[in-house]
Parts: sequence; C-alpha cells; structure tokens
Amino acid sequence: MNAVTVSDVSKIYTQGDVKVMALNKVSLKVDAGEFVAIAGPSGSGKTTLLNLIGGLDSPDTGHISVNGKAFEKMSSGDLAELRLTQIGFVFQSYNLIPVFTAEENVEYILQLQGVGKKERKQRARAMLDDVGLEGKYDRKPSQLSGGQQQRVAVARSLVSNPTIILADEPTANLDSVNGESLLQTMREMNEKHNVTFIFSTHDAMVMEASKRLITMKDGAIAGDQVK
Amino acid sequence: MFTQLAWRNIWRNPRRTAIILTAIFIGVFSMIIFAAFSRGMADGMVDNAIDNLVGHIKVQHPDYRSDPDISHRLPDPNAITAELKSLLPTGAKITPRIRVEGVVANARETAGVEIVGIHPGMEMGVSFIGDAPMDGRLIEDGDKNGIVMGAALADRFQTEVGKKLVLTTQQADGETGSRAFRIRGIYRSEIEATEKAYVFISYTAAEQLMGEKNCATEIAVTLPKEYRNGRLAPLVQKCRDALEPYHVSVNGWKDLMPAISAYLAMFDAFLYIWFVVVFIAMGFGIVNTVLMAVYERMREFGLLKAIGMRPSWIVRMVLGESFFLLAAGCAAGTICGMAVTYYYGHAGIDLGAFAQGVKMWGMSRVIFPAIEIGDVVAANAVVVVLGLVVSIYPAVKAARFTPVETMRQN
Repeated sequence: MNAVTVSDVSKIYTQGDVKVMALNKVSLKVDAGEFVAIAGPSGSGKTTLLNLIGGLDSPDTGHISVNGKAFEKMSSGDLAELRLTQIGFVFQSYNLIPVFTAEENVEYILQLQGVGKKERKQRARAMLDDVGLEGKYDRKPSQLSGGQQQRVAVARSLVSNPTIILADEPTANLDSVNGESLLQTMREMNEKHNVTFIFSTHDAMVMEASKRLITMKDGAIAGDQVK
Repeated sequence: MFTQLAWRNIWRNPRRTAIILTAIFIGVFSMIIFAAFSRGMADGMVDNAIDNLVGHIKVQHPDYRSDPDISHRLPDPNAITAELKSLLPTGAKITPRIRVEGVVANARETAGVEIVGIHPGMEMGVSFIGDAPMDGRLIEDGDKNGIVMGAALADRFQTEVGKKLVLTTQQADGETGSRAFRIRGIYRSEIEATEKAYVFISYTAAEQLMGEKNCATEIAVTLPKEYRNGRLAPLVQKCRDALEPYHVSVNGWKDLMPAISAYLAMFDAFLYIWFVVVFIAMGFGIVNTVLMAVYERMREFGLLKAIGMRPSWIVRMVLGESFFLLAAGCAAGTICGMAVTYYYGHAGIDLGAFAQGVKMWGMSRVIFPAIEIGDVVAANAVVVVLGLVVSIYPAVKAARFTPVETMRQN
C-alpha cells in the first residue's frame, strides 16, 4: 500500500484580485519508508503540496489519500485524528511551544493521544535522547540553539510513532553543521523506524541525502528521480 | 498539561496579566465592599427600626394597627406574657406597653405625640429608650409623675429637665383625661423623628392616665440573634397558634414594617444590578486581554491544530487561561474585601460628618459592614461565569484559525 497517493490535485490561491495556481494537476505516489525530497524554487508549490498531504489544507480538485484513507471522505475531526496519530510535522521555524520545556513539548502530543503520564515521560526522554538532546529535557526553546530546537521538533514529530513525517524546509534556518547533523538523525529514524519522510527543500545537502528527489516548477512536478 | 499550559500562557506577558488581574481584583473587591457596606447600612436601618419600639415579635389587638386606640387593648396581658415566656427561647426579652396617641403641652407649645407607658427596667435591650443617651434620667417603675421626652421636642418646647408638661388623651372609658408630669429626662435618638414622636411615662402612670389597670396595647419581644431572620417565621407561627384563644394578632418585624421589608428586597435586586454593571466594565478588559493573547499566538494555535489538536481542545485551553485569570483576581479581591470588611465590621465606619442626612434616612451614625456569604458567592460567580462566557468569543476565534492561514500570515 502506498503511504501517500496524490491524484490530479490542483490548488488555486487568491491574492487580492489575482489568482495564483499553486498546484496544477499534480499526481504522486510515495511508498512506506521512503525518504523523499521535494525540491524547487520558491513559489513552485512544495509547501502547498506538503500542506495538502498533511490535511492542513484542502485541494480544489483531485484526490489525496494517506495510508489508504481518502481525505475527501474525512471530516475535519477525522483529519485532526489522522494528524495526531499518523502524521508528524517539522516546520522551517521549529514552532515549539515557548512556555514548555523540550521534554514537555515532546510529551504534549502524547497527552493529546491520551498516553499516561509515566509512559509519556519515558517516551519523550527516549526520543530526545535519540535526536541527541540527552540531558536537555528541562530547557525551554529560548534556551536552546536553532539546531537543538529543530531536533526537539523532530523528536515531537516522531514520538507519537507516525508513519509519515512531513518536513517543510527543516534545515533552512540551520547552519551547515547543524543541518547535516539533523539530516543524519532523520535518516537514522527513517531506517530505524521505517518512517516515511517527505521534505520540501532548497538545500542541496538534503537533496543529496534523499533517496528520491522530486523537482517542482510552477506548481507541477518537473522531475522525479529515484536514487 | 492543559492546565500547565494555560497557567504558563497567562504569564507570558506579565504586565498585561498584572493589569487585567488588577482590574478583576478591584472589581471583586468593590463588589464585596459595596455589598458589605450596604448590608451593614440595611442592618443598621432594620436594627434602628426594631429598636424604635417595634421589636422582633409584637402581640397586639387585631384592630390596633389600623386604629391605635385604647379601646383596642389586649385582653389579659399578664396571661399572654406568661404564655410567651413559656414559648420563646432563652434570651428572649418581653415587655408590655401602653401606647396611645395624645397631646403634650406646656405654656409655650402643644404637639401631637405618642404616649408610651413602659416598664423602664424591662425596656433594656428591647427598645432604644432602655439605654438611650439622656440628659437627666429615665423614669423608674412606678413613677407616677415622671415623663421623658426627646431632645428635638424639648428644643421645640424650649423646656428642660425638671419642668412640667401636660398630657391629654382619650381614656379607656372614652372620656378625655389629662395629667401633669415633670420632666425627668430628655433622650437623644439616632433618628430625629423619634425624638419628636414619643414621650415615655411609667406603665403605672399610663394606667392612671387611662383610668384602667392592666390595659397594655402591645407586648413587644426581642429575640436572640439566631432567631431574628430565618427562624423567626416558625416562631411567630408557634406564638400565633398558642395565643389563638386570646384572639390577638402576632406579627414578626417583617410584617410590622412592610416598607423596610420591601426596601430589603429591592436592595438585593440593586446589589445584583451593581454586580453586573461592575462586571460589564471589567468584561471589556477581559475580552480585550484574551483576544490580544489569542492574536499574538495565532501561529501557535495553527501549530497545535497541525499536530492534531481538536478545535474544542483549543477552546478549552483558552477558557482555561481565562479561568486562571478570573480565579486569581477573584481570590485576591475576595480575600482583601473580606479582610477590610472584617476590620470595619468591628471598628465601624463613622458617618458623623453626614449626621443630618444619616438621621433623615433612619440610618445609624456608625455603619458596621456585614459580609453575607451569599453576596461573596454571587460576586465571584458573576465574575467567573460571565468572564468565561465573554471569553468564549476569543476562544472560538482561536479554534477557527487554520494552520495554513496562520503560518502564511506570520
């Protein structure tokens, strides 16, 4: 079964009086466990595609399904449930909850899933250890570097055992050392947990590290290369 | 963690939180203080009225209130007094009086007054006259010629202790009776009208003036504090039942003073209107604060929805933040309000500077603010419940942000 299926999806945004075709009849299939990078210039539709795959936005035309579940048949509550249990997000600007510690940020999603307190703590710490943040559990986002914050975001996205991680330019705000290290971590997670990773990126290093590179241009897929 | 998150969120902008907490604090504090002061004022008015020869329970001839004439005197006051003693709780004070309308005169003036024949020793703690401040002294039991008059009336009559007054009234046989008395004392009262309304003679002198022995027109009762409100009605009913053979009327103070009872009911309504008015002023602040906090965190709400948080949970979280603000402000306002009320409830607030106005309205010169738990609960409930109601708008707003919109806007 495909982890993600996108069929003939189009999305038009209206900016004032101008209509912008963000996606134009895009079709794509991603298998479970793939490590896919979607590359392309700004405005090519990478982020829009990720948002649609994550159920954060809905297409104007076409169909999307994740793990066999067709979005068009799902209510907003069902989509929220799907995001909570099967999809993890990593954003370009980390998006951590500033009043929570690293551990609490990771733990919170488990609470939303109804996991008990003891198990929550255990799993959150183990995941922070996995992303290289051992001993930094009690630090708030403001006390962590950009790279560390993005690791917390990765740990948060992985801790709920999702099958798919959608990462929107995760290395864009990191220096090359931190970017490479984070990429390495995500690669390990992909191999260790067989989690499907789909990135949008400008970063050559990410493109290099991916096992499949999809190139987008003007809202359409211009190339799809499996390495 | 919802609770933790809500609590920490309200401290993200300590200055804003402090401002709104101060507003809630002042609101609740003022509600409690105003309620306590008003209750104290109302209690003072009720106490003054009860002190003013009303008492908590009164036994009279059924027609006496509509026609206060000596012909409407009580049948066998001694037997009724004995019956009351057996019915009423320990600490109750009982005294018979003869009250008739009459005319008081001296060489200069004449005035219509109420002549009250009392047992001076038994009036202590029953009516104001028992311990009223006085020039001269109170009459004694059995004093056949002594009279006590109010300071305002004495001023009008330009008279003083030791001078003579003549009382004229209708006697028990319907004839007009008149007797001369010597002023033993001039009393002062909280209320000027009282000083002009009543002259006091001994019960014995009143019997002589009426030309009839044992002709009490009323028996007044004051009760221990715990029987004065909620437990009064059953006690009145008990007395009514027991005194039925005497064909007398038995009433509690609320029936005897319907105007004051109506005022108290109206006062409750005004108090709740005041609570709502204070809240309305405060409510705008609450909505504004919560709305600002929500708009500042649009991106965060988008993120929370992106990671799978349901809109209803976001509503719950924002309402949780409001609840903490409201609860903290209410707690501080209540504690301070109760502390200040407790202090002034004992020390009293002297309204001596407004003595004339105070006298005119039948209020005490010194107000003792009184806390009623119901008022405290109502003030807090109004603030917390309405506070949460007005927070629903920003909470729903937060829940409606879509992740894509918020990420794009930021």
